[in-house]
Amino acid sequence: MVTLDKLSKTYNKGSVLAVDKVSFEVNKGELFGLIGPDGAGKTSIFRMLTTLLLPDEGSATVDGFDIVKDYKSIRNTVGYMPGRFSLYQDLSVEENLNFFATIFNTTIEENYDLIKDIYVQIEPFKDRKAGKLSGGMKQKLALSCALIHRPTILFLDEPTTGVDAVSRKEFWEMLKRLKTQGITILVSTPYMDEATLCDRIALIQSGKILSIDTPQNIVDAYPDKLFAIKAESIYYLLNDLRAYTKVKGCFTFGEFVHISFKDKSATNEPELLAYLKEKGHKNIEIKAVTPGIEDCFIRLMTEETN
Amino acid sequence: MKQFFSFVKKEFYHIWRDKRTMFILLGMPVVQIVIFGFALTNEVKNSQIAILDNAKDEVSSTIITQLDASKYFEIRQNLHSYPEIEKAFEAGKIKMAIVFPQNFSEDLHHLNKAQIQLVADASDPNVANILTNYATAIIGDYQRRINTNTMLPYTIDTETRMLYNPQLKGAYNFVPGVMAMVLLLVCTMMTAITIVKEKEMGTMEIMLVSPMKPIMVIIAKAVPYLLLSIINIASILLLSVYVLEVPINGSIVLLVFESILFTLVSLSLGLLISSGAESQQTAMFISLVALFLPTVMLSGFMFPVENMPLPLRIISNIVPAKWYYSIVKSVMIKGLGLKVIWKETLILTGMMLFFLTLAIRKFKIRLA
Amino acid sequence: MQAVIKADKLSKHFGHFTAVNKISFEVAPGEIFGFLGANGAGKTTAMRMLCGLSIPTSGTATVAGFDVYKQTEEIKRNIGYMSQKFSLYEDLTVLENIRFYGGIYGLSDRDLQQKSEALITRLNLQNEAKKLVGSLPLGWKQKLSFSVAVLHEPKIVFLDEPTGGVDPVTRRQFWDLIYEVADRGITVFVTTHYMDEAEYCNRVSIMVDGSIEALDTPPKLKQQFSANSMDEVFYELARGAKRSE
Repeated sequence: MVTLDKLSKTYNKGSVLAVDKVSFEVNKGELFGLIGPDGAGKTSIFRMLTTLLLPDEGSATVDGFDIVKDYKSIRNTVGYMPGRFSLYQDLSVEENLNFFATIFNTTIEENYDLIKDIYVQIEPFKDRKAGKLSGGMKQKLALSCALIHRPTILFLDEPTTGVDAVSRKEFWEMLKRLKTQGITILVSTPYMDEATLCDRIALIQSGKILSIDTPQNIVDAYPDKLFAIKAESIYYLLNDLRAYTKVKGCFTFGEFVHISFKDKSATNEPELLAYLKEKGHKNIEIKAVTPGIEDCFIRLMTEETN
Repeated sequence: MKQFFSFVKKEFYHIWRDKRTMFILLGMPVVQIVIFGFALTNEVKNSQIAILDNAKDEVSSTIITQLDASKYFEIRQNLHSYPEIEKAFEAGKIKMAIVFPQNFSEDLHHLNKAQIQLVADASDPNVANILTNYATAIIGDYQRRINTNTMLPYTIDTETRMLYNPQLKGAYNFVPGVMAMVLLLVCTMMTAITIVKEKEMGTMEIMLVSPMKPIMVIIAKAVPYLLLSIINIASILLLSVYVLEVPINGSIVLLVFESILFTLVSLSLGLLISSGAESQQTAMFISLVALFLPTVMLSGFMFPVENMPLPLRIISNIVPAKWYYSIVKSVMIKGLGLKVIWKETLILTGMMLFFLTLAIRKFKIRLA
Repeated sequence: MQAVIKADKLSKHFGHFTAVNKISFEVAPGEIFGFLGANGAGKTTAMRMLCGLSIPTSGTATVAGFDVYKQTEEIKRNIGYMSQKFSLYEDLTVLENIRFYGGIYGLSDRDLQQKSEALITRLNLQNEAKKLVGSLPLGWKQKLSFSVAVLHEPKIVFLDEPTGGVDPVTRRQFWDLIYEVADRGITVFVTTHYMDEAEYCNRVSIMVDGSIEALDTPPKLKQQFSANSMDEVFYELARGAKRSE
């Protein structure tokens, strides 16, 4: 459905490389996640695929159409939800939806079954101005508007940024239901914990793809044994772990610190435990853990910079 | 077409729901006309003047009586010598002094030519200008009357600038000026701002990634402001005719047609600005500096273009308002027809086509 | 020890709307206090009151020992503030930004010189000191912005979603900075959407519909709600929220 071939984009006359030879494919009916921090190049990729920006190099197709030559055809078929809330704040919920339906040569009735699940949640507020909606409701309205013309592919650029944890969860449930309707979805997010909700993901940092695979495969490919450590003072624990030469990576994860050892074969835990006790740490807890996407991202990211 | 109308409807919602802006847009011309109108007409009513009548003959006293009889002047003092003129000005008692030379009527009757000196307080140049014009007109009026009875025309030397303004109304000058200003403000600035707002809000992004043709977006955004402008044209004309009592001497159809032409020029300019500006402030700033100031300064509405240095006179030719101002003056005040203003009309049409083509070519179908 | 923030039944009404409803809590010096809540729960309003930017409707509160009704100027002098949106002047260089903020808080030239050098060394910005802030990556900006907010050694620093959108490595480096200043005795008052970051706090409060519904250490909160993570605790509480922005 979507193919990218060495797609590159620079800004400021080539001085800023935003997207660096990115290639990947998204299959029909897939929920594909582009995961990376702000400034990684997610929005630039989305804007090139939605024909809003021209690539400097490389090529890409969306639904078989070339993003440069066939931009008009792409504009007729895709649904796009930009990162910022991009609806008319002074129009009501219903007016916004009606407007977008007409712009896309359709009516609300025609595709109501597609947006029904989402729209019923905001329908009680259909006379309210879009600007007066809460973050979660704005998002639902924006999604309804992007879907109203039954696009074959849906591009969602950071739909959950700045949204609280509860609304985020609801949003991902909506996406799951949409997938069953056969719509291909490309979504970008800076939240690593959302990665597992996608069929396949691309981890991206500084314009480069770090890894593309299913979330499970990415986690399975993590090469080191990972341990989680906890003690009373996380700050002093961190400092002491960093000073400990046998530890390779050392990053906080919630109340734990995730570490891996330089020497994979040896059993390092008892020695470390003794070291930490000597340093005066109390209530130490060490356990082996399976890595998450964020562990993988950090690892790939540090490898890339070294 | 349905898309287009839906878009236009949406624009009207935007305008209608931003009540404050809407009232400013519709109220501004009214307020401007009223303020300008009354400020100017009140200023010159019953102005105190002094007379230094060195002739003391029949002609001079007739003219003095006529000046005194007009509602613009009130003779406060009769002076006896030149030095007294300055004293009277210094005392702030008078705004103008009129001096008749010793042999006034003799000169007039024997040489067919006489002179009256008008001395005005130029510290307020506008008022001084208006007062001398009024006085000149009244004297000219007298001159025409005595000339109907003689074979050889008499000439009383004063500049008669108010040739087309026999009722001596200041409003004649600024009604066309206000029209140009208001149309420019509503069309250019508002169109530019409203398009740039879509860019700022991110809605332009969605519009671009939709089957709606970019050109349609642009035109749909301009339509409501065209209609607003037509309302403004109507309200300005109604006010000037019924409140300021400035009649429309020429064809009203022609006047409205020319005004719509000027509106289209302004709209094209607004579109052009919007294609370059990325923020509402930039759009506003460009509109004000690049258009509003030249309109006020160079259109001839505030300062006569003929008196400007050559470079400014040349620059004034690219200010659309200059041509519109000249058209409105010709049609509304002088009562002239298309035969006289075809050149201006052609220039405005050319400008519109030029700006519109440029705006469409510069309009970005992508974000960068 | 004397609490640096004391709020007692602090409320703020906007007309009939109760944005913040009688919140009471205390924050100790050097504590990292997580201030969580769903969108529209009243976090921003509460934070504004504590920063002396908004006068409460009722209740009392002192910040750094000063009254939030009468001594707002003293409060502003004793706190630092940083948010995701307000950060630094993009068209000034790193050094110029540091000097500017130091100047605002009346640091002496010698102090400023010494502090800006230390700060630049700490953040490894030696090569970027003369570059425009606008050209730095987001994560660096946020770290710099935080360091500038504590340049004048405030008693408390308020952080409003400081790590939004920042990459996972920089996010952790950012928290290293937070730990450091807390270790120096500066109180850190922080809001975040990342629930793992809630775990880094000494204590966490969760606001729902204008009221504080839970306030404790992360382990105790998890115990209380029999949850495995703060994410679940938050979800449990915020799910019942009636209102949003």
